[in-house]
Amino acid sequence: MSILVNKNSQIIVQGITGANGSFHAGQCLAYGTKIVAGVTPGKGGQKEHGLPVYDTVLEACTKHKVDATMIYVPAAFAADAIFEAIDAKIPLIITITEGIPVLDMAKVKKALKNSNSRMIGPNCPGIITPEEAKLGIMPGYIHKKGNVGVVSRSGTLTYEGVYQLTTRGLGQSTCVGIGGDPIPGSNFIDIIDLFNQDQDTHAILMMGEIGGSAEEDAADFIKREVKKPVFGFIAGATAPKGRTMGHAGAIISGGQGTAQAKKEKMKSCGITVIDSPAEMGETIFNNLK
Amino acid sequence: MNIHEYQAKSLFKQYGIPTLQGKVVTSADQAQDAAKDLGTNAPWVVKAQIHAGGRGKGGGVKLAKTLDEVKTYAAQIMSKPLVTHQTGPQGKEVHKLLIEEGCKIQKEFYLACVLDRATASVVIMASTEGGMEIEKVAEETPEKIFKVHVDPAVGFVPYQARTLAFGLGLDASLHKPFTQLVKNLIQLFVEKDCSLAEINPLVLTQDQKIIALDGKINFDGNALYRHPDIKELRDLSEEDERDVEASKWGLNYVGLDGNIGCMVNGAGLAMATMDIIKAHGGEPANFLDVGGGASQEMVSQAFKLILSDPNVKGVLVNIFGGIVKCDVLAQGILDALKNVELTVPLVVRLEGTNVEQGRKILEESDVKVISAIGMKEAAEKAVASAKGGR
Repeated sequence: MSILVNKNSQIIVQGITGANGSFHAGQCLAYGTKIVAGVTPGKGGQKEHGLPVYDTVLEACTKHKVDATMIYVPAAFAADAIFEAIDAKIPLIITITEGIPVLDMAKVKKALKNSNSRMIGPNCPGIITPEEAKLGIMPGYIHKKGNVGVVSRSGTLTYEGVYQLTTRGLGQSTCVGIGGDPIPGSNFIDIIDLFNQDQDTHAILMMGEIGGSAEEDAADFIKREVKKPVFGFIAGATAPKGRTMGHAGAIISGGQGTAQAKKEKMKSCGITVIDSPAEMGETIFNNLK
Repeated sequence: MNIHEYQAKSLFKQYGIPTLQGKVVTSADQAQDAAKDLGTNAPWVVKAQIHAGGRGKGGGVKLAKTLDEVKTYAAQIMSKPLVTHQTGPQGKEVHKLLIEEGCKIQKEFYLACVLDRATASVVIMASTEGGMEIEKVAEETPEKIFKVHVDPAVGFVPYQARTLAFGLGLDASLHKPFTQLVKNLIQLFVEKDCSLAEINPLVLTQDQKIIALDGKINFDGNALYRHPDIKELRDLSEEDERDVEASKWGLNYVGLDGNIGCMVNGAGLAMATMDIIKAHGGEPANFLDVGGGASQEMVSQAFKLILSDPNVKGVLVNIFGGIVKCDVLAQGILDALKNVELTVPLVVRLEGTNVEQGRKILEESDVKVISAIGMKEAAEKAVASAKGGR
């Protein structure tokens, strides 16, 4: 078992004929992901990686059973692509695109709330259930099938954590990058809730960063609902106030959202806080022994 | 992206938000003529135009009772560094002044639109404590702040402004102009993709007019592509030179005060790298994220940028290859070093896609690289070598 995706999930790729979309669709196919079609407006009828390309998402959904879509559409058109996926009632939308205007995302968030779709991202590495399905841009080979659920706001920091787990023999049930934007489609709580219900997830690693209150909210939820061991890391303890550190979401304002405050809150809710980014794998290994 | 007060006010004007008459000058000599040209009676206000807040307390805003005083104050402020709590001790040099007519204030308020992450909507905030720092008001007297959330699908509806007006205790005769002003501000916020539009203070004058006495607007950098007019308002002289150079190459760079230059891919890992340097007793010289899809050229520019900082006594490259391949990165470093001499120790930690090829490229080059396995070893070696103890 795993969460959100497995080897049977049928996937479409929006923006499959673009440079990014095509490259990563190829990588995901090579990993064994069951991609069934692509969508690029105006390129309907073409083939990409031997897969049919459609003009609209709705058309792809009438010709195939679609469980999830992966969006690689450029930022200026990404919100539009997401709305199209929501209207086609695709249950899971993975938006990789970085740089979507935040007011566009506010509208997307509203539309998601009134729909049956769940979105991961934007500005995220995607999601992977090791040795089954990869929907994203992460390097597949660092992952290993197992029982640690990983959820993170970052891309490469997630790879770092996963790699440390794998090299110590700890596999992952599913790894989810929720993305570094101020308004993400899914938050820590949404994903941790799924891990909590998943029988094959025995422990959870959450990697957060400064800014916002998603980690604090998740900590409250964990205290209330989660009996599995949860490990947490927060990046940005040394970041200066008021400056955006790459991720638009990573900004400390008015003393809120500091790494210190987040760590204290997490500790008080029973989460094992890992201070050094070099010791994520080791700490979890020692605790689960 | 930030803009100046005078630019914010020109946007206010465009959107029908009342402001005072004013003129911008770029030299102190023009100040007196500008004040005369306004055609208003004394007094006048001379306001330094820098991006940082706290200008009044820092001596950058002066009330001039005569035209001669306009001249005197302009000369005092112009072309000199202005120090406020947001500029740092070195201050920011003043290149522009706003000369504005004076007004008789009856009461000061606070009004702002800002994006609220928690509700994914725009929140309009108003407070009776005008002219104060809103963070302070939020901490000490939160009951004096009134908030309404604007639904992104529905947009602003007038009752929301009335709610604020009642909260502020505005006289019924002022509800109509206030509602119009709030409506205009939210329209500006949404149409121009702002992340903050703040009027502090918003004043009620003795002749019962509501006027934006100050203006501060920040824009969503991701949306600038659809606002060429806003993009033109960017004032590069207000930004750190290194930040400007970095943004030309699409790099995320934030200059800091330490001596270990960092080059990392991904914002989260970049922050974590800074943290671990500090945990091992070092100080990072910068935050630098070369991004997800860095090309050889971007890496090369990033490396040059790090080495251009005279404080840098050592460099730590920490790359977890995903989309960025380690061999591309290694080649980028070698390219940069064709043009810049490496005079400080270089610690490189590579992992991920094409790691073997990347390590091989560095090993076979003439560049003296201290390689490290894992983040802990990388940080230890970077801190030790920057102290000259390698």
